[in-house]
Amino acid sequence: MEVVRADGRTPNQLRPLACSRNLLHRAHGSARWSQGDTIVLAAVYGPKAGIRKGENPEKASIEVIWKPKTGQTGKAEKEYEMILKRTLQSICLLAVHPNTTTSIILQVVGDDGALLPCAINASCAALVDAGVPLKHLAVAICCGLTEGGYVVLDPTKSEEQKMRAFAYLVFPNSSHSVLPKAPSAVDEEPGIITSVTYGLMSESHYINCLGHGHAACAKISEFLRKSLQTQFPGDLSKGT
Amino acid sequence: MESSEGTGGLSGEIEVEAYRRLFPLPFYERHLLESVRPDARPLNRARDTTIALGPVASADGSALVKIGDTTMLAAIKLEVMTPSTDAPDEGSLAIEFQMPPICSPSVRPGRPAEVASVISKQLSDVMMSSEMINLKELSLISGKAAWMAYLDIYCLSADGCLFDAALLSAIAAFSHLQIPLVSVNDDGRVIAVFGELPEAKLKLELVNKEKRKLSLGSKPFSLTCILHEEYILADPNAEEESIMDTFVTVVLDSLGQLVSIYKPGGAALANMSTIKACIALTKSRVKELNNILSESLSEMEVD
Repeated sequence: MEVVRADGRTPNQLRPLACSRNLLHRAHGSARWSQGDTIVLAAVYGPKAGIRKGENPEKASIEVIWKPKTGQTGKAEKEYEMILKRTLQSICLLAVHPNTTTSIILQVVGDDGALLPCAINASCAALVDAGVPLKHLAVAICCGLTEGGYVVLDPTKSEEQKMRAFAYLVFPNSSHSVLPKAPSAVDEEPGIITSVTYGLMSESHYINCLGHGHAACAKISEFLRKSLQTQFPGDLSKGT
Repeated sequence: MESSEGTGGLSGEIEVEAYRRLFPLPFYERHLLESVRPDARPLNRARDTTIALGPVASADGSALVKIGDTTMLAAIKLEVMTPSTDAPDEGSLAIEFQMPPICSPSVRPGRPAEVASVISKQLSDVMMSSEMINLKELSLISGKAAWMAYLDIYCLSADGCLFDAALLSAIAAFSHLQIPLVSVNDDGRVIAVFGELPEAKLKLELVNKEKRKLSLGSKPFSLTCILHEEYILADPNAEEESIMDTFVTVVLDSLGQLVSIYKPGGAALANMSTIKACIALTKSRVKELNNILSESLSEMEVD
């Protein structure tokens, strides 16, 4: 039985993705990521000298500032900042520039569901634009669970409110190997970087979400790879 | 390590402590190879947990929870207020989690710990997601009066697994909560009744003669596990949390449904087998905590 969605998408279909980089001239890196009507603008400044109190001086430190579309910053924004900081810390090579701080500022331009995954994707693209050394990219997706137990990808805000439960999942991006893939590599289980869930679900539903989310992240990785490779021919100031 | 033979033995002991401070990760890895932790716990065992109900006599419901050295004090105060127009027969719940400077040397007065707002938000998300509290039970007169429950949780000592202890103290406080008697006074306002009142003064009894408790749905319990390479350490203390940065918090309710799987980043990736192992550890912890909570509740009733 197929789930009928309000905007006519199939359950596994994502909203149209768009990514543009190098929008802000003062920032060392910037990116604007949109998934349908959810749009987040990310700016990266860094690495800057000096480190905040309490952080480890032997590693680079990451600072995240989240600016909501309207209203003052509250607990929800602090939680998003913490999740983003920990996710980005796990993908950056922190030992390359010790005793420095990299600031990532996120501005929510539009919120129509799946806000945190959109922000994570935007900050990754902005980090690449700034040339910050990374181990791999983080690709984020929102998986919703309908009342009937079906997994629906990338829900809009109205769909999120009606859903029984939803999960924000972040996976490392799929790798392109020059060497032909050995058969054993296909059996590797997907490892999640970050998972945040809301609502009640059973264990099997969650495992189901992981499977669907991983497949969708492969598609988003492809899109990310293509959009990050496009460059102006005369642009020498920013490396690939 | 032997501490005999005077200076020779003493310098041996100082070296271990110094090694622990200077190289915490290799120190822990030596222990993990033997499947044990420096405090002699096996990897999958949580610390001793105690629940004391009703430490705050002036609150309508309260609980003091200790998981190892982490101590949380939760208290609930009920106040009558008018419900909002889009939910006229529902009460409401306000959750506040605070870390006063007493809990940890890293928390200074005037500068709230960042982790406090995150745990506060996490707690309200989990309480809303799990269907433990039915807000309709907090209603008094539909459209006119309903209870507003203020839940305040104070961390008295922070030694790892703050969210687990805070959630357990909130659940224990709600289990202990007794809704006070109310009556309508001459102005038509609903006021709470304290102590004994002669029958003539009571115009309208809105609740039973005796104080009633909330009927709670299935209670959520949680367990935080640290992931380090291929090891999973259940219920870390503050030292372990500071050395190994990847943790997963799994919240299950007593019916076995997943309320939340919270893994905010971290260097170690969690694949399906790791998640299943964490969920299994949480299941046994849920049984343990349910037993401890029902024991404390039955002790209270006997009193």
